Amino acid sequence: MADTASSDGFVVFDRVQKSYDGETLVVKDLNLSVARGEFLTMLGPSGSGKTTCLMMLAGFETATHGDILLGGQPINNIPPHKRGIGMVFQNYALFPHMTVAENLAFPLEVRKMGKSEREAKVKRALDMVQMGDFGGRRPAQLSGGQQQRIALSRALVFEPELVLMDEPLGALDKQLRERMQFEITRLAHELGITTVYVTHDQTEALTMSDNVAVFDDGRIQQLAPPDQLYEKPENSFVAQFIGENNTLEGVVTEISGDTCIVKLDDGEILDATPINVSKVGDRTQVSIRPERVEYNKDRLQEGAHTLKAEVLEFIYMGDIFRTRLRVAGNDEFVIKTRNAPDQDRLMPGQQIEIGWLPSDCRALDA
Amino acid sequence: MSDMTDTGGPVLAADGTPLKRSLRKALRRQKMRALLLIAPLLIFVLVSFIMPIGDMLYRSVENKIVSQTLPRSTQALSSWDADSGELPSEAVFAAMAADLKEAAEQKIHTRVGSRLNYENPGMSSVFRTSGRKAKKFDLENGGPWKEQLIEINEDWADTDVWRTIKTYSPPVTAGYFLNAVDMRVGPDGAEMRPERERIYMNLLKRTLWMSLLITFSCIVLAYPVAWLLANLPTRKANLLMILVLLPFWTSLLVRTSAWKILLQQQGVINDVLVWIGLVDDNARLIIINNQFGTIVAMTHILLPFMILPMYSVMQTIPPSYVRAAKSLGATDWTAFWRVYFPQTIPGIGAGSILVFILAIGYYITPALVGGTKGTFISNQIAFHISTSLNWGLASALGAILLAVVLVLYWAYDKIVGIDNVKLG
Repeated sequence: MADTASSDGFVVFDRVQKSYDGETLVVKDLNLSVARGEFLTMLGPSGSGKTTCLMMLAGFETATHGDILLGGQPINNIPPHKRGIGMVFQNYALFPHMTVAENLAFPLEVRKMGKSEREAKVKRALDMVQMGDFGGRRPAQLSGGQQQRIALSRALVFEPELVLMDEPLGALDKQLRERMQFEITRLAHELGITTVYVTHDQTEALTMSDNVAVFDDGRIQQLAPPDQLYEKPENSFVAQFIGENNTLEGVVTEISGDTCIVKLDDGEILDATPINVSKVGDRTQVSIRPERVEYNKDRLQEGAHTLKAEVLEFIYMGDIFRTRLRVAGNDEFVIKTRNAPDQDRLMPGQQIEIGWLPSDCRALDA
Repeated sequence: MSDMTDTGGPVLAADGTPLKRSLRKALRRQKMRALLLIAPLLIFVLVSFIMPIGDMLYRSVENKIVSQTLPRSTQALSSWDADSGELPSEAVFAAMAADLKEAAEQKIHTRVGSRLNYENPGMSSVFRTSGRKAKKFDLENGGPWKEQLIEINEDWADTDVWRTIKTYSPPVTAGYFLNAVDMRVGPDGAEMRPERERIYMNLLKRTLWMSLLITFSCIVLAYPVAWLLANLPTRKANLLMILVLLPFWTSLLVRTSAWKILLQQQGVINDVLVWIGLVDDNARLIIINNQFGTIVAMTHILLPFMILPMYSVMQTIPPSYVRAAKSLGATDWTAFWRVYFPQTIPGIGAGSILVFILAIGYYITPALVGGTKGTFISNQIAFHISTSLNWGLASALGAILLAVVLVLYWAYDKIVGIDNVKLG
């Protein structure tokens, strides 16, 4: 086998492009490699090309250009039913005219598996998702969460090496969604299968994945493990899209190694870590996470940069306080503080001083 | 709050009246208003639909004309034994003479004649000739009527004539229905008519069989069209939809006449076949005025009734089902046959019921392109309504047709379940 540098992953997208109308590219030059056993999430706003990528991998769309490799083999010309990829659909796509057990037996039947073996596998797959007693029911008689479990076990029952999930939890309520998130990751890791998961919900992406690919405008903006993605966003889209984020706009006036000085639009001067600003005079968006901002002088760390701020709104959220400030002309500057016994509750109109470490303050593209 | 749930009695509303009664009172106004809103339609349906159908159904058994026109004779005949082989007594003949005179004066003697003629051919002339003379009968001292009547028309000496009158003297008769299923009342009760007189059962069988064929060809032709309609991009689907509906909006007569032009022996299809050399000029195909012509034209005309229900069902099937089947390892054919097709059955069912019921009652198209071999039972009904004026028989045939439809509907409900039918 002629292995190239890019094909050491289990699933590889090699310079893949996709266009539906011949005029615009929905997916622009996609390169991605997923290791065996990895849980990769494709995260992005709707229309960012993530679902198209999934459909190309499943075989329901063809790549306009480039190769998709599975286990080192190009699969562009292999029809979907021969790819052996399990898939969980957004609306579950459980066959309404079959019982739960018949739904699960379907992939085994089309593989011409014997009846007794089939029944054993179906039973095991149902037990795996704690639905052992539901084999005789119709999908319509199940709740959303139960349907979700059945869809999951149907995608796993024929023991595929790769499972694709297209926003599988979108239709569930919050509590159920959180439980299913846990269950899906547990199953995926227990069975050691490779999973490609598509969602527009960043919490889902952060809690479930080994790696997250953030999509926007047909490109991967950043591919990183969840903690890196959150703490070290590489551009302002990722910073804005993942979690809550405060931005201050300004111009870079000085760069030296891993620090730079930014002159904000209202004249304030800031120290920041340069990420994707290259030269003096570049416009930049400085990004600070709300929970990294401190207003209690006693807790302010050594070397922290301080700015004046006015309290606009105080919201009590139980476990945390969310306070909206006006900082350097920005009315949407938010800080989050833990509800600790010694924590001050700020009052609207109060003038305070806030501060953060220059390492938490990242100068990104504007 | 009072502990009214603990008492075990009926649940009471806040003012102490039983909750059920207050609920009924609260809903009564709503119900009245709903009833008022549908009242015009209800009355219209009642007057223009239910009542005429009821009237026609009644006509299929109604037989007052004999006992009303010949009151004395039918009275006198009640004591006569038709199986004795002897003619009725002089009293019966006298009663008949009196009835004939009265009927002839009112000029209604031919009507009862033609009514009885349906049952026993020849009766019409018996009454016509006798009626002509009857006006001059001297009832007081004419007699003996037996000889007089037989002299006017020798058929009066035939016991069969009297038997027919006696059999059809009650105000209600099964005669029309027996006639409609090719039976008649013979000396030993109901019996089948001779082979060559049997028309209607064969016609009914032919109607059902051809309707089945038409329904089947509609299913085969409509399925791919409906699938395209449901799966093409909106703009192309809309264009196709217009193509489906365009013939729907064209007059039925125009479409049927168009088929006449296409199918006749000197018509377009034969001309083309001869031109490309597939058919010899002397052996042009006969594809009109037979069953083939009727099936082709009616399939075309009824096709939209199959496409539309199928389309509305297929539209609700998301493409993810077939995709799911393929991702699970099913080939295109397996995904279609095991996953897509079963979900379209309600549409096929709805379309089939619609087409089949429309087909077995169809009239214009079989009349125009069916010739003699391709006509339906409705063409016979129309013949009896407008030409032979035997409304009783027409009603009986109609009632049988209605019963067949209801039985089929019931069977369909048992097998497929009417709840599974979706029209849109």
